[in-house]
Amino acid sequence: MKIKLQIKRFNPEKDRAPWWGKYEVDVEPNDRLLDALHEVKWRQDGTLAFRRSCAHGVCGSDAMKINGRNRLACKELVRNLSRTIVVEPLMGFRVLKDLIVDMEPFFKKYRQIHPYLVNEDPEEPGRERLQTPAERSRFEDTTKCILCAACTTACPSFWTNPDYVGPASIVQAHRFIFDSRDRAGAERLHILNESEGVWRCRTVFNCAEACPRGIDVPKAIAEVKRALVFKKI
Amino acid sequence: MEAGADWSVESGGRPMPEGGLELYAWIFMRLSGVALLFLALGHMVLMHILNSVEVIDYDFVARRYASVLWRTYDFLMLFLAMLHGVNGARTILADVVTHPGRRFLFQSILFTVGAVFLVLGALVIFTFQPV
Repeated sequence: MKIKLQIKRFNPEKDRAPWWGKYEVDVEPNDRLLDALHEVKWRQDGTLAFRRSCAHGVCGSDAMKINGRNRLACKELVRNLSRTIVVEPLMGFRVLKDLIVDMEPFFKKYRQIHPYLVNEDPEEPGRERLQTPAERSRFEDTTKCILCAACTTACPSFWTNPDYVGPASIVQAHRFIFDSRDRAGAERLHILNESEGVWRCRTVFNCAEACPRGIDVPKAIAEVKRALVFKKI
Repeated sequence: MEAGADWSVESGGRPMPEGGLELYAWIFMRLSGVALLFLALGHMVLMHILNSVEVIDYDFVARRYASVLWRTYDFLMLFLAMLHGVNGARTILADVVTHPGRRFLFQSILFTVGAVFLVLGALVIFTFQPV
C-alpha cells in the first residue's frame, strides 16, 4: 500500500526554520512506521535523521509525535494510522536534527532522583535481598518504564515549565521509593517535594495516554503525592 | 547508621519529608475546594432559590447579619474562596511565567490585590452595623 509521510525537518546548521518534508512510500500494511521511515532514509533521502536502536519497543529511542500523539515509531503499524502520516519530534526539547532532540535535560532530571537501589545495610553472606510477591507488586508497574520521554513531552506542565521534574522521573522515583529493599525513599521524596517536583503535576492525564508501555503514570504520581501527604511509604 | 537514632528503617537514615509550601498548598486546595462546593451551593440555594434578588434588600441583609452564624458563613466563604483563587492563579503563574523578575512582579500584584479584597470583604462582614 502507498502512504504519504509528512515529516517535520530541521537542520539547525542549514535551515532558518523547520519545514515539512513530504514523501510517498510503498509499504506493507503490517509494516511499522519505523519501516516507512527507513524506506525514506535508505531509498529516498539519506539526510533524514531519527533515532532507533532495538526497533522492538524496548529501548525507547524512537519516541516521536505521530499524528499529534507521542508514540514509538517501532510499535505503530501503518495500517492503523492514516494514509498521510504526520511525524514530528517530541515537544519541549531542543531539536538537534529532524526527529532527534536533545534529551540531556531529561536524563539530568532522571539522575536527580537517584535511579538506583540504595541500601547500605550489610548483606548476609551468600543471601540475596529477598522480598515477597506482594512487596514486589507495589512497584511492578513502574519497572516497565523505558525512558522514551513520551510521557514527559506530552505533559503541558512540562511544556510551559521545563524545570518541572516531569512524569518519567516521578515514575522512576516511584520504582525505587516503593521497593522494600531500598533505603533512600525519603531522600527521593525530599527531592520530589521541592517546588519543581511532584506538585507541578496538574493531573492532566496526557502521560497515561502517551506511555507506550501502558504504565498508569497518574496513579504512580498520586502514590508519591500520597506518600508525601501521609508521611508514609 | 547511629544506634538509637530516631530514624525509620524505611527512610534509610533520613526522616520523611514534612511540610513544604507546595505540599500544604496542594492539601489546602483539595480541602478548601470541597468546603467551597458546599458553602457556595448553600449560598446559592439561600440567596437565589429560596429568596430572590427582588426580596433581597438592605433590610434583608441587616436582618441576616444580626446573626453571628451568617457573618461567619460569609467570612468563611470569602476567606476560602480568596485563598483558593489566589493560590490557583499563583500556580498558573508559576507554570507559565518563567522569568524570575516577571514572576515576582505578577505574584506581587496578585497577592496585593488578593489581600486588599480579603481585607475589604472582612471589614464589611465584621463591622457592618444596621442604620
